[in-house]
Amino acid sequence: MNGQPFRNDTGGRINRATPLRFTFNGRIYEGYQGDTLASALLANGVRLIGRSFKYHRPRGIVAAGIEDPNALVQLEDGARTQPNIQATRIELYDGLVARSQNCWPSVGFDIGALNSKFHRLFPAGFYYKTFMWPAKLWMFYEHIIRNIAGMGESPVEEDPDRYGHRYAHADVVIVGAGPAGLAAAQSAATSGARVLLVDDGAEFGGSLLGLDANVAGGPAVDWIATVTAALAAMPNVTLLPRTTVTSYYDHNMLVMAERVADHMAVPAAHQPRQRLWHVRAKEVVLATGAMERPLVFADNDRPGVMLASAAQAYANRHGVRAGERCVVFTNNNSAYVAARDLSAAGIEIMAIVDSRRDVPKGAAEMASAVGIGILAGHVVVKAHGTKAVHAVTVQALDDAGDLTGDTRDIICDLVAVSGGWAPTVHLHSQAKGVIRYDETLTTFVADAATQRSRAAGAITGVLGLADSLKDGATAGAEAAAAAGFDGAKTDTPTAVDDLALDIEPLWAVPHMHHDHGKRFVDHQNDVTAEDVALAHRENYISVEHLKRYTTLGMGTDQGRTSNINGLAIMATLRGEDIPTVGTTTFRPPFTPTPLGTIAGPHFGMHYHPTRRSAMHAWHQAHGASFVNAGPWLRPEAYPRAGENVIQALRREAKHVRHHVGIADVSTLGKIDLQGPDAVEFLNRVYINSFTKLAVGKCRYGLMLREDGFLYDDGTVTRIADDRFMVTTTTVHAGSVMRHLEYYHQVVWPELDIHMVSVTEEWAAIAIAGPDSRRVLEKITDDIDVSNEACEFMGFRQGTICGAPARLFRISFSGELAYEINVPADYGQDVWTGLLDAGTEFDIIPYGTEAMGVMRIEKGHIVGGEISGRATAGDLGFEKLLANNKPDFIGKRAAARTALMAPDRQQLVGLIPVDRRTRIPRGGKIVEDPAAPTPITAIGEVTSNCYSPNLGHPIGLAIVAGGRQRHGEVVYAHSPLTEQTVACEITHPIFIDPQGERLRG
Amino acid sequence: MLLIPCPWCGERAQTEFSYEGDATVSRPDPATASDEQWLDHIYLRDNPMGLHEELWHHVAGCRRFFKVRRNTVTHEISGSAAPTDDIPEDVSGDAS
Repeated sequence: MNGQPFRNDTGGRINRATPLRFTFNGRIYEGYQGDTLASALLANGVRLIGRSFKYHRPRGIVAAGIEDPNALVQLEDGARTQPNIQATRIELYDGLVARSQNCWPSVGFDIGALNSKFHRLFPAGFYYKTFMWPAKLWMFYEHIIRNIAGMGESPVEEDPDRYGHRYAHADVVIVGAGPAGLAAAQSAATSGARVLLVDDGAEFGGSLLGLDANVAGGPAVDWIATVTAALAAMPNVTLLPRTTVTSYYDHNMLVMAERVADHMAVPAAHQPRQRLWHVRAKEVVLATGAMERPLVFADNDRPGVMLASAAQAYANRHGVRAGERCVVFTNNNSAYVAARDLSAAGIEIMAIVDSRRDVPKGAAEMASAVGIGILAGHVVVKAHGTKAVHAVTVQALDDAGDLTGDTRDIICDLVAVSGGWAPTVHLHSQAKGVIRYDETLTTFVADAATQRSRAAGAITGVLGLADSLKDGATAGAEAAAAAGFDGAKTDTPTAVDDLALDIEPLWAVPHMHHDHGKRFVDHQNDVTAEDVALAHRENYISVEHLKRYTTLGMGTDQGRTSNINGLAIMATLRGEDIPTVGTTTFRPPFTPTPLGTIAGPHFGMHYHPTRRSAMHAWHQAHGASFVNAGPWLRPEAYPRAGENVIQALRREAKHVRHHVGIADVSTLGKIDLQGPDAVEFLNRVYINSFTKLAVGKCRYGLMLREDGFLYDDGTVTRIADDRFMVTTTTVHAGSVMRHLEYYHQVVWPELDIHMVSVTEEWAAIAIAGPDSRRVLEKITDDIDVSNEACEFMGFRQGTICGAPARLFRISFSGELAYEINVPADYGQDVWTGLLDAGTEFDIIPYGTEAMGVMRIEKGHIVGGEISGRATAGDLGFEKLLANNKPDFIGKRAAARTALMAPDRQQLVGLIPVDRRTRIPRGGKIVEDPAAPTPITAIGEVTSNCYSPNLGHPIGLAIVAGGRQRHGEVVYAHSPLTEQTVACEITHPIFIDPQGERLRG
Repeated sequence: MLLIPCPWCGERAQTEFSYEGDATVSRPDPATASDEQWLDHIYLRDNPMGLHEELWHHVAGCRRFFKVRRNTVTHEISGSAAPTDDIPEDVSGDAS
């Protein structure tokens, strides 16, 4: 530590009584409370911050705020590390650790810098041109290129911090708390409107914080403090500092990232690191200000070349001298104010190099008052130095804008440049607001808004302080009135306007004789004026093509400092004016937003709500292994001590076929359908007919989509004449409900029906196996469960284990089976009641895996078969099609010739010829695997498992003309596992094809 | 993000709704429709620029389907109605 050699003893908004220690590239430094990492580094004389993206050129700090393209660091280590963070926006805290990125082995000696020696090999489009061929090697090239041309490193550990989301409404949202924004908030707030004032900075004030200006007869910072305190005390005003509006969406929806705890090493207990706000605004005031533009000259990227306003802000706000000897280079008046302030801060101004031949009187007087010399009609043609600038060469311009006369060198360690200003029109433009080219300011400014929004202050080209205050107050009052709040006061404090800008365009300084120094337009992406010219030569002359070909305006800063210069150079080359060339599209987000902030609390188990059945706690307590099924957690098996899931599911599937088991099937979708037209509705949505379904009976039903393909299956039970219970598959429960609502509300509103989803209202338990009836007999005394009284596909109501119950004689397993529905609150009692009653029959619980094995053994179809490409006929259900009905969903399309073709892929069973090898999942069915490729697949495996009841693997498949091919041998080939298994085609029902067990 | 006027619940955020397609198409009578009409009904939709009537489902609200008139260029919404009703003529004049 050496006591901050570039820090002034007085001045600035830093607290010298609170020193903060931080580490940069392994060295410990000291800064003060109120510093940014950038200002603290400058105070310590650290100017080399990182290496550039493509050429690995040494780079330093260019700006003092959000526009900085180069001072990107890797912040912190380990799980909290963040790449590409702007040093100019990091609030210094005690113990902060940061390091340079994109350099190896160190920022001072970087091997990648060899790229800059071979710069002729790296023109725009280099990667496209060079590495296109041979295509196979691109994977190899890309790996190396990514390593060389990377930016920061993503964290690899889980983020230990939490992120919040918040939703809010406001009458007036004001974006930006600079002079215009503060004035707007002040006036809007007096109307009583709910005002939300948002600013990216930790402190309100915006550009005023970096100026040495007076407002309301005193220092501007005092006025800021007074206004901020007054606003904070008003109940209708919410202040959001450290918050960036990243996106402006339709219907006045603003998304904001609040950096709640980024100014601390670790967030406080229960505090999120960042919070994402979604704010719906009645009216918006955009007071986002303007950003200074750099100038384009040879080696203008050397550390020490800085925006004039940035050097000024470091001096005024942080008491830091960004250098000791400064050359100011400008084409406008604003840099004269900066030069005056830098001089006052103790920096020696070597000269103001002004490209204008006639320096306006006000500016010239300001310079001479503090003894600064002006080189009018001159430009800086080159910066000298590598890791820090140590001199510049200047030369005069002639009438044609060419260099003329002798060159001269000026010793300096700071070059403060100003190429004019670029209003921050990003949000305005995201919201589809119009932008207009202002010839006087040589830049695009915000014009008419498309949404309920208005722009105020520098964003509209109003650069003077007094005018900005007035503009802001008016906009605030107008916005409040438009939101329904009249009577806003628009008193504005007094202020003295600075010099008018009086800018003369200077888009690129020509090279001096024999010099080939790089003239950077885009510092972040290493795009030079020569690259823009190359793009033009190769006909990439549209700004959108220019951006993609050269990467101009890409990256984390999206060309904040480079866009205007880049398109102006293109306009010059095209011989057209700048508005004709236009700008690229401004898209959200305005600043990079951490993924954690976007995800907020929705990650891991909180990614979406988890649904659990009424019996979940029991499953958990009895060692169930769970699987996600749609939104549900379902038990897949109940492994016993020493068993794995595979062993458990085989035991369960075998046990149920010989004894009895129960499964939790609560997740099936259940819809209560009622009304006089319920039968007609069912006839229209299912392929089969329900007209003859008697009360107390169930029927299997299939739905098609309107395009004739299978959509879902389930059962329909007639509970009363005008009341039905409809079930759907677990996964399609939500979409089938929506499907039925659509047809009821939109297509057939004349049908008198009502339906409601009752999936959660009922706990459902399947009891299956030869002993299932004997278990049931023990626990119900008002339902006769004999085969005569409750036949297959019958339905009864009564009491089971003391609970009011619905009993359905349906079977998924193919065994004698029932499904019991009880109100969800009884689910747990009935589940344990069944297990108790079944002890003497050796009853077991079984999971979805055993259920799945048994359904494959029975050839039942599920999602693998109902794939969206199968017709009812493909899966063997042509007999269900009640084509005598006048209409049902999908009837017309299902009758198309191609959907009825006899050689369509049809459901079959598969058994491996060797009775041993597992059939590859999703394998393609081919007739001759040895045939020359490409081989036409005649089908594919849709389900596969090992059948513990048969003792060998089985599978279901769809095979072209498969029903006529039983007994043939085909091959299931998986290109993923390189397996080819010879299989015999069989009937898809492997066990009890006559269905005697389930009817017994 | 759109603010959608549900005829039953009022203006709500788009996240409560699901888009359900073109509200100007209706299911032809299967008994009389030609194959071309069915093809058109099942597969073919226009992609109009400007005012368009579309169906939305208040899926996380009242679960009703309804028509919305939206400008596909500006995303401005100028009315909504039940599926069986007509959307009232836009009287504000700023929907074009």
